Amino acid sequence: MAEDHKMSYADPWMLPETKGFWEACNQEKLVIRTCLDCGRGHHFPRAMCPHCYSTNLEWKESDGTGTIYSFTAQQVKGGGKYVYAYVEIADRVRAITNIVDCDPEALKIGQKVKAAFRPSASGQNILVFTPA
Amino acid sequence: MTAHDARLVGAYELPYRHAPDKSLAQMQAEAALGAVADAGLTMKDVDGFFCGGDTPGMGPMSLIEYLNITPRYTDSTETGGNSYVSHVARAARAIDAGLCDVALVTLAGKPRTPAKGSRPMTDANKPDQDFELTYHPTVPANYALAAQRHMHEYGTTSEQLAWIKVAASHHAQHNPHALLQGVVTVEDVVNSPIVASPLHRFDCCVITDGGGALVLARSDIAKKLDRPSVKILGTGEAVKHQGAGDIDLTFTAGKWAAEKAWKMSGCTPDQIQYASIYDSFTITVLLEIEDLGFCKPGHGGGFVAEGNLISGKGKLPFNTDGGGLCSNHPGNRGGMTKVIEAVRQLRGEAHPAVQVPDCALALAHGTGGSLGTRHGASTLILARED
Repeated sequence: MAEDHKMSYADPWMLPETKGFWEACNQEKLVIRTCLDCGRGHHFPRAMCPHCYSTNLEWKESDGTGTIYSFTAQQVKGGGKYVYAYVEIADRVRAITNIVDCDPEALKIGQKVKAAFRPSASGQNILVFTPA
Repeated sequence: MTAHDARLVGAYELPYRHAPDKSLAQMQAEAALGAVADAGLTMKDVDGFFCGGDTPGMGPMSLIEYLNITPRYTDSTETGGNSYVSHVARAARAIDAGLCDVALVTLAGKPRTPAKGSRPMTDANKPDQDFELTYHPTVPANYALAAQRHMHEYGTTSEQLAWIKVAASHHAQHNPHALLQGVVTVEDVVNSPIVASPLHRFDCCVITDGGGALVLARSDIAKKLDRPSVKILGTGEAVKHQGAGDIDLTFTAGKWAAEKAWKMSGCTPDQIQYASIYDSFTITVLLEIEDLGFCKPGHGGGFVAEGNLISGKGKLPFNTDGGGLCSNHPGNRGGMTKVIEAVRQLRGEAHPAVQVPDCALALAHGTGGSLGTRHGASTLILARED
């Protein structure tokens, strides 16, 4: 049975340090906040590297693919379900997301997924994933 | 470190599970008075006050005003449902340090009957908010992520998880205050509706209005009281989070909390006769059992199966009040009731049908927050007074 609950997305608050992430989403790009000193990526994006505390960071563009680390099909009151998941978007960088346009019963941990975007109430693109 | 001088001397659980006509402060006060009376003390003796985020108002202040007490020492450490397990350790340390003599720990909550206009759970300043709340997380979904991953890595099954609820229900049938008193089978659990795959409705704890309180005191005060007191041999607490994306869902902060508690107590898991283990969901118990060292990582499914957690039948009697899965999860916070049932066991005051014979050494463990994102954990190793 397909995921049949159509998600609606509230407008994000968009704290100043995350602005680059949201701008990239509006260009349908997935970027990973990456440290230019220690080289590690992290998520959710911060103003300083949470591994070495350098502020020398870049928005590194990803090819938009990832693998499912874990997932759940959440039932919705009144019927329907949607998928809430962790997707590994870079080495040891796992991001909470939704997997859309999928059959929840057929999803597997380790499965390849690719970035997709859904508009929030006021049109900001929200990063989600769909089976690759 | 050595065992604490401070003793647990009072424990009280509000008997009700639905409180539409009571205020939250009133419930906190009823719990406090119950525990103080259980110890054989009065509110005038209380000079240390400990509470979590369930308390209305700013930190401890509104409630100590409501109670009209003026404690020398307060602590409002907040890590979710395990906070009260941590408060026991913190109160014991405060008493040992001479900061207070008699410490009161309270919890109450009324999620079934919230006050009108209760504030929403959103906070625009929370740095994680946009990257989690956006995706419609639910509490069960954030625990389901851990269950799904454990099943993937270790082959854990829904039937094994179900045994945890089955054991709790065997205990709850003897608790007249339990919200759910019916015994269920593995089939009942796995045939109950899916809430967030792979978790079923019966994998989830109850939602109740209620609360409880604990009293700790210096050992010389404890000796003068008529009630049996409980020693605190070891304590530990920890917080685990996403690690900037490097999250591992197959273990909990309980691993780090328990390591400290075992080391401090000098005890080992095989010595524990009774365990209160936080049961927000069946998967919470399974992971904690591994993290506490009752079995190896990945072996929790086999350990909990076939009634191994049922008092009088299995090797590790757990949550003999019926736990959060069947009896009570007051204010969506189960740490308080975990300590209370461990105290009952060590006093020999659990229901006779579930009382562990000659129970001298017990463990109480709590998890707060969310396994899927960030959570706290606290462990207590407790002993009957010689």
